Amino acid sequence: MTRIQAAPFVLVPLLALAPATPAFARHGAHHPPSPPPACTPEHAAMGHCTPTPTRQAHGCTPEHAAMGHCKLEPEPDAASHGAHPHGAVPPVTDADRAAAFPPLSRHMEHAQDVHWRVLFDRLEARHGHDGTGQAWEGNAWIGGDLHRLWLRGEGEREGGRTRAADLEALYGRSVSPWWDLVAGVRHEFLPGDGRTWLAIGVQGIAPYWFEVAATFYLGESGRTAAALETSYDLLLTNRLVLQPKLEARAYGRADPERGTGSGLATVEAGLRLRYEVTRRFAPYAGYAWSRAFGGTADLRRDAGQPADDHGWVAGVRVWF
Amino acid sequence: MTFPGKDLQDASRRRFVAGLAAAPLLAAWPRHGGTMPPPLPPFELRGSHFDLDIGVMPVNFPGITRPAITINGYLPAPVLRWREGDTVTVRVTNRLRDAITSIHWHGILLPANMDGVPGMSFDGIAPDESWLYRFTLKQSGTYWYHSHSLFQEQAGLYGAIVVEPVEPHPYRWDREHVVLLSDWTDLDPAALFRRLKKMPGHDNWYRPTVGDLLRDARQRGWRAALAGRAAWDRMRMTPSDISDVNAHTYTYLCNGFTPARNWTGLFRPGEKVLLRFINASAMTYFDVRIPGLKMTVVAADGQPVHPVTVDEFRIAVAETFDVIVEPSGQDAYTIFAQDMGRTGYARGTLAVEHGLEAPIPAPDPRPLLTMQDMGHGTGHGDSHGDGHGAGHGMDHGMDHGGGHDGHHGMHAGEAHAHAMHRAHGPGGTHGGHGSHGAAMQPHPESERRNPLVDMQATAPEPRLDDPGIGLRGNGRRVLTYADMRSLFDDPDGREPSRTIELHLTGHMEKFAWSFDGMRFADAGPLRLNYGERVRIVLVNDTMMTHPIHLHGMWSDVEDGDGRFHLRKHTVDMPPGTKRSYRVHADALGRWAYHCHLLYHMEAGMMREVRVEERA
Repeated sequence: MTRIQAAPFVLVPLLALAPATPAFARHGAHHPPSPPPACTPEHAAMGHCTPTPTRQAHGCTPEHAAMGHCKLEPEPDAASHGAHPHGAVPPVTDADRAAAFPPLSRHMEHAQDVHWRVLFDRLEARHGHDGTGQAWEGNAWIGGDLHRLWLRGEGEREGGRTRAADLEALYGRSVSPWWDLVAGVRHEFLPGDGRTWLAIGVQGIAPYWFEVAATFYLGESGRTAAALETSYDLLLTNRLVLQPKLEARAYGRADPERGTGSGLATVEAGLRLRYEVTRRFAPYAGYAWSRAFGGTADLRRDAGQPADDHGWVAGVRVWF
Repeated sequence: MTFPGKDLQDASRRRFVAGLAAAPLLAAWPRHGGTMPPPLPPFELRGSHFDLDIGVMPVNFPGITRPAITINGYLPAPVLRWREGDTVTVRVTNRLRDAITSIHWHGILLPANMDGVPGMSFDGIAPDESWLYRFTLKQSGTYWYHSHSLFQEQAGLYGAIVVEPVEPHPYRWDREHVVLLSDWTDLDPAALFRRLKKMPGHDNWYRPTVGDLLRDARQRGWRAALAGRAAWDRMRMTPSDISDVNAHTYTYLCNGFTPARNWTGLFRPGEKVLLRFINASAMTYFDVRIPGLKMTVVAADGQPVHPVTVDEFRIAVAETFDVIVEPSGQDAYTIFAQDMGRTGYARGTLAVEHGLEAPIPAPDPRPLLTMQDMGHGTGHGDSHGDGHGAGHGMDHGMDHGGGHDGHHGMHAGEAHAHAMHRAHGPGGTHGGHGSHGAAMQPHPESERRNPLVDMQATAPEPRLDDPGIGLRGNGRRVLTYADMRSLFDDPDGREPSRTIELHLTGHMEKFAWSFDGMRFADAGPLRLNYGERVRIVLVNDTMMTHPIHLHGMWSDVEDGDGRFHLRKHTVDMPPGTKRSYRVHADALGRWAYHCHLLYHMEAGMMREVRVEERA
């Protein structure tokens, strides 16, 4: 083997051996572009006519023959070169078969099928009615294109104490291009002693790019609850994104121990303006409202808390 | 002499020096190049026996040093210069520490066990093992070779093949250069795949914003602007999704040189120069032009075509085009290869001596997909119960052809789509498509209610005469598939005995890619009988452009009337197209058939084609 640094210089003389006809004239002359032969192979195949046996009649120039596109002499069984007129293929030998289907001992390596992502949609400090606090909300998935295990959770701290925290572990299955069915359990660590629920719901992307998650919960001693969450990314620019977000919770019956009445309990709304420094890291600032309704509002007022709260938030959105 | 990076430079220089000592043919230098310095890489090997060592080497393209996978220390791998009719032997040795490797000879006709696809043609090459490839060349032209193992191709394992014809070539030139375009990322390619799975739109920083909507509304009114935006948002797609990975991740290379380092090919004024363009990218389509020069395309995918002179051509991943240029009047010309999404470019220079450069053109405006580009495809909505049937698409009466005369803006497309949407109204059913007329494209049952299929084209067309997204009406003569006609007649001549229709399918947000909604791992082989001739019809049911490559056999593209038109090994399938080609199953064995966008293939857009003897 020889390594050549000056290939074009070496090759030019070789190529210069080519007939010194004008560069494109040759084939133009041999190949009038339009008129087809009277008996096309298609017609012949349909039995409309019989093709003439001479390959030259079809424009088999020496160049073409050299490129393996046709044969100057019709040689039905000399098939070592590329194409075979009218589909003739050489008879198969045992050596051909061995080369075509070699025994394999290793399978094809594939790229990993299982992927994962962890997203903290909100990791924020808030300044509200009761002073400052912190809050988080995120989700993670691991799995393939159709089946995934999801973790979803959120929580908040106020005055140095964690007031609420929950985590959901769900199996998710894609049932349409844009929707997953999810089912699993939800555990609320706080407030109070904690509650565990069975969860079933849907999540996905609605038309017009609304992210939606709707979940129904079944708890101990027949408690029921429902949650609906939706958000939208409004692109002010491709890096500056305004995200309205709405979350509502409702309960089948009151649970005074945990400060929830029956019916619509809370609605939280947020408007967050984030800047995507990178896709993975986006600091944001915004404003968040929360409002309690019905029995839940009454319970809060009884406990000396306001039914409404609102305040500034600032934080980061990260995923990895 | 300029090299891609310091580390590569040192290593290459070592190689280069070693090569000098070992190369008696270098004595030919003074004869031809007395006044000219030696050309820059790509380095070249010729003969009939080759030893290729696959190993890891540090490289530094955009600024940090990263490991690349190279052959004999070169990136791109050396040009292999073969001769038609020769039996070549290539001993490939794996010097990687922990990965099985392989080399596939792209577009070369050979026995299946020499094709280099691990798990189909052989077991791959384990570390410290060698594999002896041996085959006889039945063809000539420009081809390339690359790894077919996981993501190694992205890491640098690709190079050019030039097969010289036995008989004189139909065209004459005085000098030639290989121009191999590729995309480089500093990311571990497997990490890039993981990123695509987590956030496929990572590199799409061009989504329509509020500002765009306001501008649009000023230009054509709120009603039209909102309708245009709604047409896309309803589908949960963005018209700026031109490519999955772009210059935000990639550095584009020309023969392994970054644009700043400027690969230079030499010419003497008045010479005819053959440029062998090869797109060895993992994911990048390039639009190539040389301002100041007309390019005469004389071969596509290694096979000669009737010469066609153009200003610009789009080269799909894995395609090769031979073009002849006749530079004179300027000392330097820029080879400008912008990516299809207009986020960056590869660049080289043709010059009379090293160190010269010509102006680099500004990138074209970023294109946006139109509803025509999508094949009017929004059929997913009704079939999956989102309640917004959108059975538009047939009988649209708009001219797709020519390309230089218009309708390239997004506005016409959107307005049209909207009108059709309203005309047909919401609430259609999947089956209802058929009632709209014969033009409606049917789809395989496996796509129906398939979570991995996010859209379907309702009225796809061949559109061979369409220059493509971002190239229509740009004032330049742009090559199309319709422009290229094989220089030879149909080499087979038989009418295909049967038709196999396959749909290209995917889901943008899941980065899931497949044929007919079934990933490679879930689908059986496509079986062909040895000797038969079949017609393969591809329908693109995605919004992305896919280069589809069949190993081992030619893909003879048909024109709009079903006649033999153009012999290819890789067929470009823009969104909204339906194209057909003939395959002569003259190669026994198991062959890979896949989208040549590397990450689409790895995500599942692949099939095995098995050619068997009739029982």
